[in-house]
Amino acid sequence: MAALLQIKNLSKRYAETLAVDNISFCVEEGCCFGLLGPNGAGKTTTIEMMEGILKPTSGEILFEGKTLDKNYYQGVGIQFQHTAIQDFLTVKETLTLFANFYTRTLPTEQLIEICALEEIVNRDTRKLSGGQRQRLLLALAMLNDPKIIFLDEPTTGLDPQSRRNFWQLINNIKKQNKTILLTTHYMDEAESLCDEIAIVDQGKLIHQGTPRQMLSEHFDGSIISLPSELASQIDQQKFTYQIHNQSIEFLTKSIEQTIKKLLDINIPLDGLKVRSPNLEDLFIKLTGHQLRS
Amino acid sequence: MNKFLAILSARNKEFFRDRAALSWNFAFPILLLFGFAFLFSDEGNKLYKVGILSDVQQSEVEQSSGFQSLKHIAFVHYENLDRAVLKIDQHKIDLLVDFGSSRYWVNQTSSKGYIVEQLLLGAHPNMQRSETTGKAIRYVDWVMPGILGMNMMFSCLFGVGYVIVRYRKNGVLKRFQATPLTAFEFLSAQVISRLLIVLVVTTMLYVGCNLMLDFYVLGSVFDLFIVATLGATSMIAMSLLIASKSSSEEFTGGMLNFASWPMMFLSGVWFSLEGTHPIVQKFAQIFPLTHILDAARAIMTDGATLADVKINLLVLGGMTFVFLLLGSWLFNWGGERT
Repeated sequence: MAALLQIKNLSKRYAETLAVDNISFCVEEGCCFGLLGPNGAGKTTTIEMMEGILKPTSGEILFEGKTLDKNYYQGVGIQFQHTAIQDFLTVKETLTLFANFYTRTLPTEQLIEICALEEIVNRDTRKLSGGQRQRLLLALAMLNDPKIIFLDEPTTGLDPQSRRNFWQLINNIKKQNKTILLTTHYMDEAESLCDEIAIVDQGKLIHQGTPRQMLSEHFDGSIISLPSELASQIDQQKFTYQIHNQSIEFLTKSIEQTIKKLLDINIPLDGLKVRSPNLEDLFIKLTGHQLRS
Repeated sequence: MNKFLAILSARNKEFFRDRAALSWNFAFPILLLFGFAFLFSDEGNKLYKVGILSDVQQSEVEQSSGFQSLKHIAFVHYENLDRAVLKIDQHKIDLLVDFGSSRYWVNQTSSKGYIVEQLLLGAHPNMQRSETTGKAIRYVDWVMPGILGMNMMFSCLFGVGYVIVRYRKNGVLKRFQATPLTAFEFLSAQVISRLLIVLVVTTMLYVGCNLMLDFYVLGSVFDLFIVATLGATSMIAMSLLIASKSSSEEFTGGMLNFASWPMMFLSGVWFSLEGTHPIVQKFAQIFPLTHILDAARAIMTDGATLADVKINLLVLGGMTFVFLLLGSWLFNWGGERT
């Protein structure tokens, strides 16, 4: 697959703060690429430079091998993390307004169907719920049938049901072989949607790869967790564990052997859970702190 | 062109669907106008005013005549007959006397003119009488352009400035920035939308109030419309400049007040600047509203043409150009943080 978007040595400085520090990566055509990191990691600054909204302090962004020019916005779709739309317009009027900005657009009816806007098409945009609003913003991002869609934390603030519905829409868009660049601090969102992930922390890109590749590279085995109240009964010299989210967690290659060792020292197994390592575990391993800290 | 028309249409829909703001846009100037019409409906001035048409030397000779020694009559000297007769037409003076040619002019619709005429004939029985018939200029005739101009000013400054800052603050501008829409297309649509709204509102107010209060209009209504159009454009441009960068409604509100309040008091909305200190009169020339009101009153009360008020029109055009140039140069969509 060819690189649709290339980011080379990108940096952004605000006065004394280096928000993005010499980041480089490529986004291939047809891929759903996730920028994963905690709040304040530099994800939004990075994506807004890629969107052409912010000027990089240094570095280069190439779209289809060329630097960003005035025609860039004809070929990309953008959904910001925080944005409003003009008041006193209906959903359909908003779509029509934005459709006039582009030389090529998808039919409005098709957009309404893709983004499940049928029931709210004549509703005033001020009266939309959070999920409905995000679906309208997604429709605006897709209106010009873009080659790449930027989604900056699209499900932040949504209830679990609305998040799942939104993921379904993204998966439908992925099936159309669209390239998507997504930022999120939800690891389940990244795992569910992204083909490739770049983990960002304190403005630096600390790891990149497919979720499966990254997890298999850093973890060999499963995680057993027990309630943290038992920590005082477990000898840290005999067991290697970490405490977070009110749990003691053991990374083990053999679940049976670890459980047997715990039973040998009379540790009760009430509340025991066994799971596979996830991206949050990876993030903690790489940075020493939690994703949503 | 599609982009411009789409933004123009969206902004117009937003304005006309915001019922509370829309009704206030109409109600505020009507309330003000009727309030002042009521307050000044019984405008009394006990002092009689008599114009003396003569050169200075003659007036000094006549100073000793019996008529000019009467108490409670103010005498104003005029050298230009047409200007002095216009004052009689408009009831700004009660009688005009030319002792040199033993002639006087009186407005036959003026009751005060009749009384002063009797006093003149008592002292000088052989003076030749000339009549005029002009309608009196009431305070409401004089203040009406001021109120319409002030309403235009608030509508242009706050209606554009606040909207742009609100759009910037809540991210509407940033969303537009992420499309092929250019700053010029967006700003020109805002200017045209507000200009259309202001002209429609002002025209409706003018026509409606004129039906009820029967304004004094000597000049061309079309010329007045040209002055209103150019004046509104200059103040919208001023608002774009004020709102070009900030995303703080409080700061922009302060800046808009800083621009509008001096204009309200120093541009001649409520009272004429003729008697004020020359420095105040000079300072007032920096405000677009001063030029709008000077031109509008010259057309309405003196029957001036566009050629007569060309200086005001040129200043307004120049201000518009400078404000637009600076405003578009400084314009910020709100995406780039500093």
